[in-house]
Amino acid sequence: MKTRSTRIQFDLLVRFPLPCIMTIILCLSFAQRLALAQNEGAATQRPRQSVYAPLLKVPIAARARENPFEGNPLDATAGGKLYSQHCADCHGPKAGGTHYGPSLLREEVQHATPGTIFWILTNGVVWHGMPVWSKLPEPERWQIVTFLESLHPQSGRPANAP
Amino acid sequence: MPQDAVSLTGRRIRCPLARITVASLLCLAFIFFSCASSHAQESPYIVTYDHYLEEPGNLEVEYFSTFGTQRAGNDFHAFWMEFEYGTTAWWTTEFYVDGQTTFSDSTVFTGFRLENRLRLLEHEHWVNPVLYIEYEQTSGADKILKEVEGHDVESDFAEPNSVLRQEHDHELELKLLLSSTFKGWNVALNPIFTKNISPSEPWEFAYALGASHPLAMKALPQRCNFCRENFIAGVEIYGGLGNVRNPGLPNTSHYLAPAVAWNLPSDWTFRLSSGFGLNDNSHRLLLRWGVSREFTGFGEMVRHLFGGRV
Repeated sequence: MKTRSTRIQFDLLVRFPLPCIMTIILCLSFAQRLALAQNEGAATQRPRQSVYAPLLKVPIAARARENPFEGNPLDATAGGKLYSQHCADCHGPKAGGTHYGPSLLREEVQHATPGTIFWILTNGVVWHGMPVWSKLPEPERWQIVTFLESLHPQSGRPANAP
Repeated sequence: MPQDAVSLTGRRIRCPLARITVASLLCLAFIFFSCASSHAQESPYIVTYDHYLEEPGNLEVEYFSTFGTQRAGNDFHAFWMEFEYGTTAWWTTEFYVDGQTTFSDSTVFTGFRLENRLRLLEHEHWVNPVLYIEYEQTSGADKILKEVEGHDVESDFAEPNSVLRQEHDHELELKLLLSSTFKGWNVALNPIFTKNISPSEPWEFAYALGASHPLAMKALPQRCNFCRENFIAGVEIYGGLGNVRNPGLPNTSHYLAPAVAWNLPSDWTFRLSSGFGLNDNSHRLLLRWGVSREFTGFGEMVRHLFGGRV
């Protein structure tokens, strides 16, 4: 019975390929829009401490590295451009987090040293979903760090300094 | 009895390649209009792989062409389409379909490939290893030259398509992708081991080596198309190393290919590579170009479609 049903569906697809494919496209498109609409900001409602745990595992020497572009508004702007191109899909356009990546506005990130953020950006958190970004040249990674620091320039730092 | 496909204008299409083309165009149209795009930072390599995998949940759609000169035969244009999906941050899976047109001969569909790349180490190191496993089912008319293996030489491709198509290959291909990035330079080395699943065929060896560097190390504050930060230049060298019975360089072909990638802010990447044969067994010229676009949220869309929670 199941085989017959499958065959009928396949026959429909073969006889009327264009309408069938267009219907599938419309359904997939609708599902995609729905998923994306629900995505942004939803994760930020559920703070999860564990996703920030990798920040505490950064080597001490890496934490101590200084940001060569610290406080430079042009580099912060360039970093914002890079952030929107490479990071916003997972962390949200305003860094507030999505289902893919955690918020970067929380104090765990904002109180981290520039070197800590740079190390995470370079090495990723591969087993937990964040890819490595060492393919961006080092100055561009520092520009992204500068942008992230500029989101809350009044925040106190550094909580996890070496 | 197989049915014919229907084109967008309602005409019936009898050619299998045309059916595949129509289906591919519809798939592309769907992806194009339904997924968000993402800015890619792609390397200029076409043959060599570095250790960077697709971002999780993203789908990258790529089209590549190779124009090759052929002594004692007709020049050809081979093409392939890749669908590259980031399953996780340490696992990328790809599906290829490929075909070719031999001038003054015919256009044929030449096969498909399934490929997986697995990152082996969690953090970045001086040398980053990635395991590459591919299964390919191709005909002898396959001319994309995505890798040059064993004793592959130019004269293998001189026969007409009708003859070449009689040969069917089922191959398992293993690569160890070794890649390092330092001060903007990326250097990647890929030792390649290929085995035709037929028991009588020996293991074949090959290599690909690439180096690349972006034209600018810092980004400008403003969005721009032609600024240097969007360009990455590099060079590849690749070729065969014989097989287990006759290892070494005799009767092998080798290529040197300068390449450039242009990563546009509008989410497209263009690649251009001009490969020059380094010995008499090689094609004189392999001119390649490719275009790709990356789409985010593809995995989420599919998961949602099949009832997964968002």
